[in-house]
Amino acid sequence: MTDRDTTTAVIGKDGVDALISVLAGRGRTVVGPTVRDGAIVLAELTRGDELPYGWGVELEAGHYRLRAREDGAAFANSAGPNSWKTFLHPQRERQWTAERRTGSGDDTDTDSREAWVVVPDETPSRSYAFLGVRPCDLRAIAIQDRVLTGGPYADRAYRGRRERAFLVVVECTEPGATCFCVSMGAGPGVDGGSDASYDLALTEVVDAAGHRFHVRAGSAEGAAVLAELPHRPADDTTAAAARERVAAAAGRMGRTMPEVDLRALMRDSLGAERWNDVAARCLTCGNCTMVCPTCFCTSAEDVTDLTGDHTERWRRWESCFDLEFTHLPGGTVRSSSSSRYRQWCTHKLGTWHDQFGSSGCVGCGRCVVWCPVGIDITEEAHALADERAAGEGGTS
Amino acid sequence: MPADTDPSTASRPRGGRPKLAVWKFASCDGCQLTLLDCEDELLGIAGQVEISYFLEASSAAGPGPYDLSLVEGSITTEDDARRIRHVREVSRRLVTIGACATSGGIQALRNHADVTEFLSVVYARPDYIRTLDTSTAISAHVPVDFELRGCPIDRGQLIEVICAHLSGRTPDVPAHSVCFECKRRGTVCVVVARGTPCLGPVTHAGCGALCPAYGRGCYGCFGPSDSTNFPAFVPLLRRDGMDTLDVRRVLSTFNTAAPEFDAAARKDPQT
Repeated sequence: MTDRDTTTAVIGKDGVDALISVLAGRGRTVVGPTVRDGAIVLAELTRGDELPYGWGVELEAGHYRLRAREDGAAFANSAGPNSWKTFLHPQRERQWTAERRTGSGDDTDTDSREAWVVVPDETPSRSYAFLGVRPCDLRAIAIQDRVLTGGPYADRAYRGRRERAFLVVVECTEPGATCFCVSMGAGPGVDGGSDASYDLALTEVVDAAGHRFHVRAGSAEGAAVLAELPHRPADDTTAAAARERVAAAAGRMGRTMPEVDLRALMRDSLGAERWNDVAARCLTCGNCTMVCPTCFCTSAEDVTDLTGDHTERWRRWESCFDLEFTHLPGGTVRSSSSSRYRQWCTHKLGTWHDQFGSSGCVGCGRCVVWCPVGIDITEEAHALADERAAGEGGTS
Repeated sequence: MPADTDPSTASRPRGGRPKLAVWKFASCDGCQLTLLDCEDELLGIAGQVEISYFLEASSAAGPGPYDLSLVEGSITTEDDARRIRHVREVSRRLVTIGACATSGGIQALRNHADVTEFLSVVYARPDYIRTLDTSTAISAHVPVDFELRGCPIDRGQLIEVICAHLSGRTPDVPAHSVCFECKRRGTVCVVVARGTPCLGPVTHAGCGALCPAYGRGCYGCFGPSDSTNFPAFVPLLRRDGMDTLDVRRVLSTFNTAAPEFDAAARKDPQT
């Protein structure tokens, strides 16, 4: 983005408090991280002290625990159980309603025939402000933008919410043991090539000089909001500390993808033995797809009421791990677990490129953490790469 | 035994409201009560269907045949086995409601035990008791058009089944895991974030993921989902503190005779 406003400043915790009230005062529903039910979830915020100050997370495959942090940082934690798609691409949404208009019995009169009157659901979009969008999740939003609004059949409800959303990015300084955004080119800094624009970008710095946030405005509205906050000009020390922390985070990724062309690896691995190995461990419970910030699949369900005179179409999250997902008149196309895992993995890392021009994975690690049995997409990709290499060795 | 489920054959009959019957076999009546519990919708239901046979609600029993029969309970006596064949004969569509009718219920614990011994221990005059050795699902005896899961069934799903029947469409009752419902609801996973044993990943959705929303593991009231992997799942229960007996017990409740639960419970999880 060459036309980005380059306003920079430093704010304190009082600045973050003010940010929430300024955004709420502009009519926005502010959503950000907060501690609930033993996790840092994304939820509506009304005050700055609802942020997870002093909380970090301990992550492993199939494992998530909160851990207290002595430095009191609010954003020194990586992806939680939900993502921004919960708000931008909600799990259940009504598409339209239809009412049966009773006919007069005179079928020659067009106006009095029995007919259905369909009313599209056009509830005005909520205007969100997202506080604490990680660079990996900013990439995920950009990916969903392309999927849901990039083609000829744009999702108008999504576009409405997206266009009205104010994004406050917080760069990542504390990657988790399951993070691999560096492998996917999606983080930990916001300038690492992410293709969605933001309004403000914060970097949290806690050191002897205090607890503060280096801020950059990425849009005119971002600059206007920043001007309303208690702030001081960005000093070189804070700017350098912010840069160093993000650079250090890049070197502390808990996971990596194999350094090969993943798209080609997926294409070459359709017949791999590894799919059977992972299928033996996979519960096909669908958790990975539900937590993935880019998985977008939905199904449409028509419901009728008791009278049969009122019907509604609802769209809800669906998953390629659901047998119903590929149910056709002849039966289920992907009935084996191996075919369903392979579909998810090869789409995410491979055929997504063909469809939408990028990988579908941002390296946030949610699918690794929230898989109850801890299946790790990076481990599977390494195993597929090893299997391909062994096969090439065997045939040469 | 699957029945002919062509939805085009099910809809409102010409003239008059379709006749509804509710039948009880070996059960606790909780699923029938779910129908009476549809307070806001009950008048609407009564306006659209003629509740013709429902002894739990009224002793006035209308004659068959019936357009839609809801069947609660399992088959545990010779008389039950005869009566369910009659119910099938007088019903255009037969829908089982609840774990008893769909998998045999908690009373199916007898299936792997010695019923004669139970009789001698429990009853003063065992010779008064005439019972089968097993408690079995309705589908083991007659063709069934649709099976609604749960112990008890979910009110919203029951209304959906009735609405779908009236419109001649397939009910919107997904057969995937409870995990789908947890994630849609925004509940933090109790397995991953707390290490709580939970049957959610292998259990049929339908309750709206009630227990995990209150911080407890799923008890499997809706029986197995349509895609389970017990060899991978049982080690997870053991990791979270369940021993062999715990695993057997947690799978031996309301849906003990559901084939997937039964097989996993009876297989030594150590091996």
